[in-house]
Amino acid sequence: MSERVFRVWRGGADGGLAEYRVEVNEGEVVLDALHRLQATRAPDLAVRWNCKAGKCGSCSMEVNGMPRLSCMTRMSVFDEDETVTVTPLRTFPVIRDLVCDVSFNYDKAREIPSFTPDPATSPGDFRMAQVDVERSQEFRKCIECFLCNSVCHVIRDHEENQPHFSGPRFLMRVAELEMHPEDTADRRLIAQDEFGLGYCNITKCCTEVCPEGIHITDNALIPMKERVADRKYDPLVWLGSKIGVRPRDTPIAPNIRPPADG
Amino acid sequence: MTPPDRAAPARARIQLPRRTLRTDRWWLAPLFTTLGLAAFVVYATLRVFQQDHYWVQEHHYLTPFYSPCLAAQCAPDAALFGRLPVEFPPLVPYALLSLPFLLLFRVTCYYYRKAYYRSVWQAPTACAVREPHRSYTGETRPLMLPQNGHRYFFYVAFAITAVNTWDMLVPFFHGTDGGFGVGLGNVIMVVNVLMLWGYTLSCHSCRHIMGGRLRSFGRHPVRYRLWTGISRLNDRHMYFGWASIATLIATDAYVALMAGGVISDLRFFN
Repeated sequence: MSERVFRVWRGGADGGLAEYRVEVNEGEVVLDALHRLQATRAPDLAVRWNCKAGKCGSCSMEVNGMPRLSCMTRMSVFDEDETVTVTPLRTFPVIRDLVCDVSFNYDKAREIPSFTPDPATSPGDFRMAQVDVERSQEFRKCIECFLCNSVCHVIRDHEENQPHFSGPRFLMRVAELEMHPEDTADRRLIAQDEFGLGYCNITKCCTEVCPEGIHITDNALIPMKERVADRKYDPLVWLGSKIGVRPRDTPIAPNIRPPADG
Repeated sequence: MTPPDRAAPARARIQLPRRTLRTDRWWLAPLFTTLGLAAFVVYATLRVFQQDHYWVQEHHYLTPFYSPCLAAQCAPDAALFGRLPVEFPPLVPYALLSLPFLLLFRVTCYYYRKAYYRSVWQAPTACAVREPHRSYTGETRPLMLPQNGHRYFFYVAFAITAVNTWDMLVPFFHGTDGGFGVGLGNVIMVVNVLMLWGYTLSCHSCRHIMGGRLRSFGRHPVRYRLWTGISRLNDRHMYFGWASIATLIATDAYVALMAGGVISDLRFFN
């Protein structure tokens, strides 16, 4: 057992960092230390958490400046004399202490056109090869902790981009649907024009912070950029679809974003 | 310590004056990336514009920076596709047809984009480190549209790598006494060509072309196999990117030193 120094964000947007000394035992994680802080020194500390197993995505926060799950960040990764600074996610508005308002993400999720199978088929008609299941299964490992959206500099450093950029989590969702063998909607244009794929400059921070180890950039964002290049920028692909060498484009998925004036 | 005064919770982001709260050495990777890219650009520029020391007649070693050699000044045996009837003025590369495309292949490469956006353009310098720019439009502006043409530069790079492979094979049949021979130069060129193929084939556009663009792998088993193979290489795209830079410099430097008479080739056989 040892005593460690923590600096924890207290209050709302105009709050500040408060310093505490907290006992830490071998094998504990940052969330354990925050719970001990709640139990001993700061009973009103607001922390969102649930499973303590890295599967619910609730305890996302920033530990020494990096977005992390506090339940998966071991105290042993810090030096004994290192001060551990804990703040809420900096991309989203803070409600209090370490709890953020992440409703931006749910608004973006609602904008994505849902799975669109051929209307002539019924659910029992679908037969998917295992390789196709595995391809989208990687993206479905997402626990929606929103660390990727929080670390993405497009909205983290430029709040003004939030209306027209969905963030890596939801561009990955678009990619997942676009790669689904039974989906018929063409999401390439709205991925670029409505969800802001062009803002992504593939610096891979989303992949670096993903607690599920999803290759967001290599398997979702870059393949989507290549698909957008097929649809918008490649004259050979366009020519091929006109002369029947390549299949014609399927109908473009509609923009389902609510109008700005409500 | 007493917590700071509580104001009514406002729904806004927290404001911290510091650029980042990271305590690790986050600046190290962008620093090394900048130095590495700058070293390559400076070396390649000097060598490409030198118009000399690119060819070793005895063993037919040709540096990749001058392949295919097109100028009227090129050594006759160095010009794989023949020579143009005009002499290139100073500062015009002898490999005028290949170098611009190879440069664009690397500039539009998804790995190098990450590298220079982070280290040179600082958008962002490192993850969770505030970038210095007031506004950001990413790759949405018309100036950035050529980034979408990466696949075309890949097609050209594929053909040029095939030419580099030919350049690598020819010296095996020019031993010291004629006929088959192997020297250190051959080994260096083989490693270089392997790294060039590794970098070219592991490209994200190649992965897309081979099968990534399909909606269903199950209906295209051959394309799926190809995609799987390219995906394995693609995992190492960054390593191939840097390794091929290193082997390009090593190959060129070895040929230049031999062509300049500074060293002679270490021969293992003939």
